Amino acid sequence: MRKRQRKVRDPLLKALIKALSEDRVTDGASARRIYSKDGSVMEGGRAGIICFPEDTSEVAKCISIANEFDREFVTRGAGTGLAGGSVPCNDPIMIVTTRMNKIIDVDLKKRIAWVQPGVVNLDLSTSLKGTGLHFAPDPSSQQACTIGGNVANNSGGPHCLAYGVTNTHVAALEVVLPDASIVQLGSVDGEAAGYDLRGVFVGGEGTLGVATRIAVRLTEDPPEIATLLLDFSKMTDAAETVSQIIANGVLPAALELMDRNVIAAVEPFAKAGYPMDAEAVLIAEVDGLPEGVSQEVDIISEIGMKNGAREVRVAANEEERERIWKGRKSAFGAIAKIQPDYYLHDTVIPRGRLAEVIEKVYEIAKRHDLVVMNVFHAGDGNLHPLLVFDSRIPGTLEKVQLAGEEIVKISLEAGGVLSGEHGIGLEKQRFMSQQFSERDLEAQDALRRSFDPENRSNPHKVLPTGSSCGEMSSLNEIPEGIWI
Amino acid sequence: MKTMDDFAEEVGDTSFVSVRGGGTRWDLGGSLMQGTSEVVAPKGVINFKPEEMIVQVGAGTKLNTLQNELNDLKQEVALAGFSDSTVGGSLAVGSSSHRRARIGAASDVLLQAECVGADGQQFVAGGPTVKNVTGYDLCRLLVSSLGTLALMGVVTLRTRPKPEVGVWLKGEILFEEILRCCYRPASVLKDASRIFLLIEGYEKDVEKECASLEKLGMSVMETAPIIPPMIKGRLGENSNDDLLDLQTGAVYSNTSQGEIEVSEGVKLLSERIKNNFDPTGRLNPGRRPY
Repeated sequence: MRKRQRKVRDPLLKALIKALSEDRVTDGASARRIYSKDGSVMEGGRAGIICFPEDTSEVAKCISIANEFDREFVTRGAGTGLAGGSVPCNDPIMIVTTRMNKIIDVDLKKRIAWVQPGVVNLDLSTSLKGTGLHFAPDPSSQQACTIGGNVANNSGGPHCLAYGVTNTHVAALEVVLPDASIVQLGSVDGEAAGYDLRGVFVGGEGTLGVATRIAVRLTEDPPEIATLLLDFSKMTDAAETVSQIIANGVLPAALELMDRNVIAAVEPFAKAGYPMDAEAVLIAEVDGLPEGVSQEVDIISEIGMKNGAREVRVAANEEERERIWKGRKSAFGAIAKIQPDYYLHDTVIPRGRLAEVIEKVYEIAKRHDLVVMNVFHAGDGNLHPLLVFDSRIPGTLEKVQLAGEEIVKISLEAGGVLSGEHGIGLEKQRFMSQQFSERDLEAQDALRRSFDPENRSNPHKVLPTGSSCGEMSSLNEIPEGIWI
Repeated sequence: MKTMDDFAEEVGDTSFVSVRGGGTRWDLGGSLMQGTSEVVAPKGVINFKPEEMIVQVGAGTKLNTLQNELNDLKQEVALAGFSDSTVGGSLAVGSSSHRRARIGAASDVLLQAECVGADGQQFVAGGPTVKNVTGYDLCRLLVSSLGTLALMGVVTLRTRPKPEVGVWLKGEILFEEILRCCYRPASVLKDASRIFLLIEGYEKDVEKECASLEKLGMSVMETAPIIPPMIKGRLGENSNDDLLDLQTGAVYSNTSQGEIEVSEGVKLLSERIKNNFDPTGRLNPGRRPY
């Protein structure tokens, strides 16, 4: 039976179908509903026509049509972002990159892989198994998030402490600019001459154009890994241990802290071996050559014991190591069982002020009669206070919002910044002027205008606009495979 | 020490102005327009926090002065330069170390910059923490910009632990053989015939790697080779007399940079950036990083 062709009257829809194909362009109500949201708490988005291009030229065609019809466009990967960066405002054309999911080329000698933006983060490292190389950024959503999304958000992850966030691992990008022209930014050979346009594009939250091919640097697998679990009866001792490890010239591959509330939620579920009576557990992982690993294990153990660690356990084998990490990685899922809703924050503070700020976070939650759980990348001071609550109780969402604002405030007062890895998106626009002066923001806008003079690419995001299309809601479904 | 207000006053808001560092790569990107006034950025190490692995420093501080201060606590910054180079100059040039494969590029070093814009107003780019995705990362744009977008006064840099030891070896050996013997070598530089290899880390690990490499015919060098500056935008294929970094593809050469060539699309974008940041072209006139 011949497939019935739909009658298309909307000239924009018609143009996009002509540019791609009928089965890769939709304006169906259910699709528009799905693509109006992402992994964040931001509600109120409205997607327009949704396109699924498969290569650079098709992305350029979509953007060219957006220009022709004077429409905005929003690029989206897997939609796992937590700051509303891909929540669409005002019916923009949605450029969804999930069909651009090819690993184009892997050069093991140069240690470079060219990938399309829709390649899932973990799929790249999985495909590299046996080569001795991997893609270092390991954001919490790595089972689902795309490398294009990692580029947009300059994503981090626990192992970025020693290896650096996404920007460090991107050598070059092919980008369709908002005027539909195609440029290559950066270079896979040495460093490109001129302004570092590659460096500034990464982390642009999709407002500077669309990355259609990405050259990522691959990192050598470490020959030896040691994972330590230290438990403390005081959070301040754990925080002090983190500071002293760094001050002693040890930069572990990962340094992750969990508080008593997280331990209580995780241990019965994950059986990771976290002492249930501990106030805090610290996971430290060091890697490299055997002697260095051994020395760093000794240094960390000694610092931990000096700072009141009750026990320092070094994983004896891969199975124990995996169990320790399983607890850390299942924290988010376990927490979901405590209350029906959650709101996850993301700020960065100086490592030296971890203990003091965490204490204030507890005070804020207590004052608002909320439960807060802390599981975070302590090594780089990246806090993730997670407020868990029941939004069905009247007034709770308002309290969560107020508590969130206070957490942001104390982070900035401690000399910190608004976001360590989630980005600004829609969620934190309103706080930007608390961190930056008007002149600072004007300089940032100068950059944005340079890439996108007509403000067409993912507009209404990052910089304060005075109005926002999204409103904060609560989240009650943790996507599969997501951890913090 | 000169304050940011003093520096902003010197920069002013109308005349052509350039900031002078050590002058070690003064003509990179073109000669400065005659008659341009010169200013000097604040000097001095303001605040070194080893437990945060950050240091705040006046951009006019000599790079050697900074590295010596950090060295006392076994830390360093991943910037390269000559004996007279300043921190600001090294950042403006985007001078990555030949150890870049292990310690990272110059563009990863700058966390926050207190700047004076072309309008004479001060602004801050980036943030003072080691991890930060708040807004656009203007620090990335300032590094390698040759002072054409804003003038950096006080900067906060990422520091990192210094390796316990570093050993240079030389010999004729295949790159693949090196990779089989070494984990994350700091430098693998090749001239027309030989490879110069720097391995770093804990003493016992380095000793073991050295022993493996010596068995393959490499010999330990008494002194480090003299490495010229990195030439951006030059490809390895043209580098017969230069040193080619086999890990990153970077070229180190004493021959001058020459005309910087970029694609038409990159040029147009770069021009828009320059015009938006410095509409009258008063910052470092004559210099073009693109």
